[in-house]
Amino acid sequence: MARVGVFVCFCGANIADYVDVPQVVEEVKRIRDVKYAIEYKYMCSDPGQGMIRDAIVQYKLTSIVVAACSPRMHEKTFRKALSDAGMNPYLLEVANIREHSSWVHQKDKKAATEKAMDLCRMAVAKSIANEQLHEISVPVTKRALVIGGGIAGIQAALDIADARIPVVLVEKSPSIGGKMAQLDETFPTLDCSQCILTPKMVDVASHPYIELIPYAEVLELQGFVGNYKVKIKKKASYVNFKTCTGCGACWQKCPVKVPNEYNMGIDKRKAIYTPFPQAVPNKPVIDAEHCTMLLKGKCGICAKVCLPGAIDYKMEDEIIEREIGAVVVATGYDMWDPKPYEEYGVGRFKDIITSLEFERMVSANGPTNGVPVRPSDGKVPKNVVFIKCIGSRDEAKGIEYCSKICCMYTTKHTILLHHKVHDSHSYVFYMDIRAAGKGYEEFVKKAQVDTGATYLRGRVSKIYKKGDKLMVRGEDAQIGQVVEVEADLVVLATAVIAPKDNPDLARLLGISYDKYGYLSEAHPKLRPVETAKAGIFLAGCTQAPKDIPDTVSQASACAAKVCGLFSGDTMKKDPMVSTISNEYCSGCQNCVKVCPYGAIVTDEVPVGHGSKELRTVAKINEGVCQGCGSCVAICRSMAITLAGFTDPQIINEIVSI
Amino acid sequence: MEAEVKDQLVSIEKPGLIAPPNWEPVIMGILCNWCSYAGSDLTGTSRIQYPPNIRIIRVPCSSRVDPWFLIKSLQTTADGVLVSGCHPGDCHYISGNYYARRRFLVTKKLLNFVGFHENRIQFSWVSAAEGPKFAKVVAKVTDDIKKLGPLHLYKKENFEKK
Repeated sequence: MARVGVFVCFCGANIADYVDVPQVVEEVKRIRDVKYAIEYKYMCSDPGQGMIRDAIVQYKLTSIVVAACSPRMHEKTFRKALSDAGMNPYLLEVANIREHSSWVHQKDKKAATEKAMDLCRMAVAKSIANEQLHEISVPVTKRALVIGGGIAGIQAALDIADARIPVVLVEKSPSIGGKMAQLDETFPTLDCSQCILTPKMVDVASHPYIELIPYAEVLELQGFVGNYKVKIKKKASYVNFKTCTGCGACWQKCPVKVPNEYNMGIDKRKAIYTPFPQAVPNKPVIDAEHCTMLLKGKCGICAKVCLPGAIDYKMEDEIIEREIGAVVVATGYDMWDPKPYEEYGVGRFKDIITSLEFERMVSANGPTNGVPVRPSDGKVPKNVVFIKCIGSRDEAKGIEYCSKICCMYTTKHTILLHHKVHDSHSYVFYMDIRAAGKGYEEFVKKAQVDTGATYLRGRVSKIYKKGDKLMVRGEDAQIGQVVEVEADLVVLATAVIAPKDNPDLARLLGISYDKYGYLSEAHPKLRPVETAKAGIFLAGCTQAPKDIPDTVSQASACAAKVCGLFSGDTMKKDPMVSTISNEYCSGCQNCVKVCPYGAIVTDEVPVGHGSKELRTVAKINEGVCQGCGSCVAICRSMAITLAGFTDPQIINEIVSI
Repeated sequence: MEAEVKDQLVSIEKPGLIAPPNWEPVIMGILCNWCSYAGSDLTGTSRIQYPPNIRIIRVPCSSRVDPWFLIKSLQTTADGVLVSGCHPGDCHYISGNYYARRRFLVTKKLLNFVGFHENRIQFSWVSAAEGPKFAKVVAKVTDDIKKLGPLHLYKKENFEKK
């Protein structure tokens, strides 16, 4: 027979003021299986836990009920008290008499007390059916996969590798660096982006614990936390990186010109190319969509001029398999295409460009050597209109959310313009200036004074052409009037959006994503870098728009999580997982279908003892199981049990009051 | 024909309406750990008051809720049941609440057919951030059940006595 100990907490006055605690204790003592019941002011304090430890030994208790705050608060604390007393920690039940009784029935002490008694009865009844559970040990493959080689992926990879954990870094483009490599200077300090990023890129390439796989993508992820198997497709680069010296003879002689993605299509690159001079690895790849040799079999100039003979037109995509224990997803972001803004003449007027195009122009290594020019006639613009919130905070045409970084980068652009063209003037149409961040507000204030930019609060309704100028008509809401600005160049601060491949990647990894395509974190406040799938973490803009400091912080947080996961040879896992009884399993495989994690597979077992005939049953991989219980409820033979939430436990709760 | 059958079924509920004075219903609330249970905790931390009739059971996911639990509750202790999970699309376990939603539709139809008033079993989606909503849902369910009266006709002991 069960010997239950019940410990009722006053929680100072939080419970005691609204629930008659001594009366609850008296009532609980009348339950048949309760051998010991006592109240105390703070059960979670050290003396309170001491009472539990002592009573376990003294009264030979077989299960413990603590009636206090929510189990989401202190379940772990009390479980530890149980194991300190040599008792299995999973024999604990918590009756939530604070959040569910004293705090929500403050006007009716009698009803609150009765409810507290019922909650105690339920917890006692459940605890009687509790079983001893033991944390599951899962072996861990100590190697991490980082998807995406932008600043988030670079930082995460470096931090993990510095802890002497091998990292596989997969980047889809020929070079790591991501969006940050396209930036000129960074707010709010105006550090040169290349100067702070490229040393890190070199560190990645030379780090003994990092295996860099550029020009590749993840095809498949199987397994569970600590034991994933990943398939990576390394796209054919048609250049043997081992023999290539990166001399550049090939791309100088290549006759095919293609719009340069790195420079937002402002200038051209060749069909054999490195994305930018500081690329890591600094080896060219052949763009198979444009190379005439690969398309038509004619040309072959690059092979002729390549002295080391690194060009290999017959190279094929390669599948690389790696065993890994954790994944950091850092796929970054895309910029929203402002095409829906037809009234601005996007697409019709050449002198309307996006912020990233402007960024490339003012970059020292950009297509115009750092001088902003009008795409229409190549003249240096004097009057530049910046329009913020293009696509963001716009439910009608774009997306609802604030892209977070546009206010700051537009401020930076006014400064950059001022630096490059001294006699220029900036006009900024804005909705709000959101400068929350260390040094951000000061940066905006200083920029406004230094550049003398005109800030106009209001939306732009129309842009039309007048001669070779653009007329920007908008509202200045602060004076309540329509204003028109004559502009040489219009820069649209387009929204940050999730990469379009994110949903596919999420499905492939088995994690969730939101309606915008951003990957979802496990908890928006308390687990912002984890996903709902154990061992998969998120860094940077793949989760939501972020600036560089936030991205780097999150990447380092991911690294800390990965290092924590790999701190032992085995990993402890919550034992509240499902198990299947082969005797009862009819092999209908409904559970296989409902399992969101693919934790259930089919297995063949002998029909009877010693029989050679086989039948199909379901088998649960406890390492993968997260303990949702979908399979338990769907199982018509009642063959599946979810530890911690078994049918007897829940039915006991139901019938106890 | 169907309408006739329905009338008869509902009429089974009627004797239950003779409620004793000061009668308070018992409502079994089965809440998923990640959204609704967290939401109900938030109701507590925000000190939002609601009727004290609900008794809360924690399950990992609304998909863990077997229709058996609902039937057992109505058979033994409860006058009504509330099951609450994460909003569709927000399930901690990716897709559990979709299975729950389908299962509940069928369960509700079945219990309806057997003769329970549809308000005896209610479902809701309450997120971890919706403390006020949880209080509202509980108040509504309690109110609905109060109107229906006690459910002793279905209680197991009554069957056994007969």
